[in-house]
Amino acid sequence: MKLLEYEGKEIFERYGIPMLKRHGVLKIGDSTEHLKLDGAGPWIVKAQVLAGGRGKAGGVKLAKTQAEAREITGKMLGMKLVTHQTQGRALTVEEVLVEDACAIAREIYISVVLDRKEARPAIIASAEGGMSIEELAASHPEKILKVPVDIEAGLLDYQARQLAFDLKIPQKNFSAFTALAKQLVHVFIDMDASLVEVNPLIISQDGRLLAIDAKIVTDDNAMFRHKDQAAKPDHEASEIEKEAKAIGINYIGLDGDIGCMVNGAGLAMATLDTVKMAGGDAANFLDVGGGASVDQITRAFQIILKDPKVKAVLVNIFGGIMKCDNIAAGVVEASKKVKIGVPLVVRLEGTNVKEGKAILAGSGIKIEQADSLWEAAQKAVAAAR
Amino acid sequence: MSILLNKRTKLIVHGFTGAQGSFHAQQCIEYGSNVVAGMTPGKGGTEHLGRPVFNTVRDAVKETGGNASLIFVPPPYAADSILEAADAGVKVIICITEGIPVLDMVRVKKRLNALRAAGRDVTLVGPNCPGVITPGECKAGIMPGYIHKKGSVGVVSRSGTLTYEAVWQVTSQGLGQSTVIGIGGDPVQGMNFVDALKLFQADKQTEAVIMIGEIGGSAEEDAAAYIKQEMTKPVFCFVAGKTAPPGRRMGHAGAIVEGNAGTHASKVEALKKAGAKVVDNLSEIGAAVAAALKHRTKTRAARK
Repeated sequence: MKLLEYEGKEIFERYGIPMLKRHGVLKIGDSTEHLKLDGAGPWIVKAQVLAGGRGKAGGVKLAKTQAEAREITGKMLGMKLVTHQTQGRALTVEEVLVEDACAIAREIYISVVLDRKEARPAIIASAEGGMSIEELAASHPEKILKVPVDIEAGLLDYQARQLAFDLKIPQKNFSAFTALAKQLVHVFIDMDASLVEVNPLIISQDGRLLAIDAKIVTDDNAMFRHKDQAAKPDHEASEIEKEAKAIGINYIGLDGDIGCMVNGAGLAMATLDTVKMAGGDAANFLDVGGGASVDQITRAFQIILKDPKVKAVLVNIFGGIMKCDNIAAGVVEASKKVKIGVPLVVRLEGTNVKEGKAILAGSGIKIEQADSLWEAAQKAVAAAR
Repeated sequence: MSILLNKRTKLIVHGFTGAQGSFHAQQCIEYGSNVVAGMTPGKGGTEHLGRPVFNTVRDAVKETGGNASLIFVPPPYAADSILEAADAGVKVIICITEGIPVLDMVRVKKRLNALRAAGRDVTLVGPNCPGVITPGECKAGIMPGYIHKKGSVGVVSRSGTLTYEAVWQVTSQGLGQSTVIGIGGDPVQGMNFVDALKLFQADKQTEAVIMIGEIGGSAEEDAAAYIKQEMTKPVFCFVAGKTAPPGRRMGHAGAIVEGNAGTHASKVEALKKAGAKVVDNLSEIGAAVAAALKHRTKTRAARK
């Protein structure tokens, strides 16, 4: 699960990571009077969305007076934001964070990531922060430092010192930096994270080391041991996605018009690819799981048809342990319970496929059958036109 | 010959008495796999599916000579179960469990690497995988047995149902498989593509390999480097997730494009450059392998 900046900063706070003073988080509908703007200012108003590049898109603004801070906050709430990371889609700003502003002398990049290849965490850092680390990795790979981290020992003292020297951290901030680097690793391990990123980590003009941003991505598989996190809302998932998750169906909404129901994540991905190859676009990724019972198939149809973009539904099931005749009976049963007002293309393969096809053919329901995934994709694309 | 599993494999099923463990152990027994024991802490001394149940893997190994583990233990306890098998001396550990926290697997890998460094022979397959099958000899996993046929095509894949799809196409072409390995869809896993390719390259029964990859990580790129340098047998690939949106996990925990890493394009390019045959349309992979193997057989016959 991806956490918003302020949620990440609340966790950082518990680990003593130095940050600017925060003056409150406002949601849509909250009065801007709720901001506790003490001090002299200036303040910075930041849109809380799950995408990088907020600043350039107008989601981070400076306010010199209290009145200005409240005005910008009010305008930013509910605003639509398109950044280079949102794939052209507009995100609605539902929450806004207001914190102290400060003049920056130097920007540094630091993150703790999962190094999949080495099967261990690693710190990635660069003396040049602020910009996208991907761009830097592409243009100046030599400027990126990587420090392997032992999962049980954490970041060792000498590793933290070495990193501080490599990043040319000033003497004044040296111990604050080594402490911060070690604490970021603790956050990563304690939270079961796959990413903990501070971009930028800054040294302010008045000489303070401060984490300006916070990005934490946690492992969904580890939610069972993080009950407090599990109770928090998932900001990335849409309403349909949340609903699907609650009933044990893996659903991701996409932009196309062909609804897809598939068993298995790999086959579901391959189905989207095949639809594209046939000249169409899938409306969703949906993995009904290995069981594919009548109940699950019914629910999957309900979820798919909630998307008004859907003009045809493609069902692609490889019956393994679950037999095709049972699956076919499930599709027939489900289509009686759910009104399917769009063309339905079904491709069954695997155990008892003949019996399954006979059930579909004899059901009286208008179903277009296909023998291969390729044929099914072509039929679905034609049906959606 | 085959790899990982054969007629002599003695399987111990972890989580034997649970719903998943019972169902799939029964299927494996019906296929003809030699399931010698089950392991469920607290149920030692009882019998289930006609097989003895033990409290610990150590006891199961001691009493039955079990040499491979098949794990169906729920996610919070699965990592521990893998390490228990490794500690008891089990050589091939296959973990089916989906949903193990990634950092648990990081800890598991660290310990397995330490065991190997100390000279122990131990291989982990999975987690979050369909398992391994050597057709006609031993099925250790949740794959439908009947779609397989003994033969000369090695299959290795990150996805369950995609493996079945590829296997079924191969069988429908009149060919068969030497061994089929599901390495699983998690970001940190036991055996990877390169490990599997090495075994297939050395296996006399295997004449060609199908490798099914997907977006996320760099296992396909690593495999490409190995194929280029070491493989003399033909490798046929499909990579799922060409149209997946970046930054979203496509069902499998490991199937995600992060920044510029793990893209479909980079994997396909690396594999093509390495000389592997990459099919864009999954429906064509069986026919592609069949055409190549028939061609090989013909040229071999002509040489004679």
